[in-house]
Amino acid sequence: MATEVQKPLLDVDGVTLQYRARDHLVTATYRVSFSVRKSDRYVILGPSGCGKSTLLKAVGGFIKPVEGTITLGERQITRPGPDRVLVFQEFDQLLPWKTVEQNVLFALTSSGRLSGGEAVDRARHYIEKVKLTKFADSYPHMLSGGMKQRVAIARGMAMEPEILLMDEPFAALDALTRGQMQEELLQLWEDTRVTLLFVTHSIAEAVRIGNRILLLTPHPGRVRAELGSTGIDAIGADGRRLSARIESLLFEGEPDGRRAAHE
Amino acid sequence: MVGELPMSDETARGPERPDYINDNPPTGFGVVAKPLGLLERIFDRGEVRKTLMLIALALVWEGYARWLDNPLLFPTFIDTARAFLQGLRSRELLSATVVSVTTLLQGYVLGLVCAALLTAFATATRVGADLLDTLTAMFNPLPSIALLPLAMIWFGLGNGSIIFVLVHAVMWSVALNTHTGFRSVSQTWRMVGQNYGLSRFAYVTRILIPGALPSILTGLKIGWAFAWRALIAAELVFGVSSSGGGLGWFIFQNKNLLEIPSVFAGLLMVIIFGLAVENLVFRTLEQRTIRRWGMQS
Repeated sequence: MATEVQKPLLDVDGVTLQYRARDHLVTATYRVSFSVRKSDRYVILGPSGCGKSTLLKAVGGFIKPVEGTITLGERQITRPGPDRVLVFQEFDQLLPWKTVEQNVLFALTSSGRLSGGEAVDRARHYIEKVKLTKFADSYPHMLSGGMKQRVAIARGMAMEPEILLMDEPFAALDALTRGQMQEELLQLWEDTRVTLLFVTHSIAEAVRIGNRILLLTPHPGRVRAELGSTGIDAIGADGRRLSARIESLLFEGEPDGRRAAHE
Repeated sequence: MVGELPMSDETARGPERPDYINDNPPTGFGVVAKPLGLLERIFDRGEVRKTLMLIALALVWEGYARWLDNPLLFPTFIDTARAFLQGLRSRELLSATVVSVTTLLQGYVLGLVCAALLTAFATATRVGADLLDTLTAMFNPLPSIALLPLAMIWFGLGNGSIIFVLVHAVMWSVALNTHTGFRSVSQTWRMVGQNYGLSRFAYVTRILIPGALPSILTGLKIGWAFAWRALIAAELVFGVSSSGGGLGWFIFQNKNLLEIPSVFAGLLMVIIFGLAVENLVFRTLEQRTIRRWGMQS
């Protein structure tokens, strides 16, 4: 055990999020608290409708909590900023009017992070890390879905943000590419030790990517559990695999859940 | 018969199938990506196909005019071409074109400026958006030429009236298309822009304008066509302005003189100019931007 307790990098404290739909005020999450340490691979997992993407966007600063606070380091988060870079699920997050290299450069220069030759060097370095050097001068529409997501990840990582926010970045990929991308992401993390906050609805993905997994219940999102993971779906003290435990926590743990309805 | 047998019964589904692994896939298929033939490549070019189309149309024109044999109603293509060259040589047609194009550009640019201001207002505020919607719905269907009598009272018999009409022709379609384009810029791009901390001005120039470029170009094209139409129509009604007659006036005058080939030559000039701007200016712009970026196929 470490002697000094590591201070959390990101602290989400009692956050309630609401957004306006067409004619409803929808509560997406209700009093959610968790904290992420530096170099964590923190996964938020839950079924659709648990407000996990909304939560991520709140950390990104795009949505203001109606209750509770989100703190990164010492500062409270109030608006979007380049210290928290978001990688989206959509393939259209790359700007189609810029080449791969320009997309990465654009992020670095318009945020004022770097300029000139330094920015170019940094951009090339991260494009190489995601193995796209050959495509640096291609426009996004010439790339496959997996390659687009790799560019988006390179763009995010090139910013060397304090925390990289990933909103189901592999959900729109085919299963083979997804597995490969998960592997590559873990390798990139080994190299950079960047703090990840990763949202997914796939239990397998959460178990593989995360070192901490936060489970949310749907309608509205509330914390169900927070578990550790070693990435190999290990068998826990109760003799069950981690994925089986997660499944039971998410679906059977609800009082008078589906089983009651069947009996 | 199959339904009676249990699915797990292997023998009932035929003999066992061994695994098959091919370590030597066949070779000798030649090149995977075979280059297309010369003729196919030539006909793949839009310019080639369209030039052939123009030649075919000219031939049809020539044939019909010869068959009709009435130069007062429908001169042949060759006569028209001759009148066209004659007009260029005597500088009559050329100067008329210069007058028209100069006026057109003045009106077009002024219209674009007005459209930009209106769109900026509409993008920044909700009142502005409502105003743009309402004004466009009111004025876009109104033919520009219908405003000419009013314009003549307001601005007199000079270039001012024509430019007023042109601004009206250009402004609404450009403003409407640009605003629609801005509104349809993907939410993800907007968030990307905010994420990397773009200032308000940079957000407009680096996210909104390129993102809305397909619509903006459409607006520019429609505005150009409307302006061209309004100009020729205004000149036909209006006649000579202070700086001399434009193409519309050239057509009108030659009709009065029964110089029908010259009337056709004037019309031909309008058409050629329209084709040139469409194919040289707008096509090039599209190819360099939205097509290259895969935003339009």
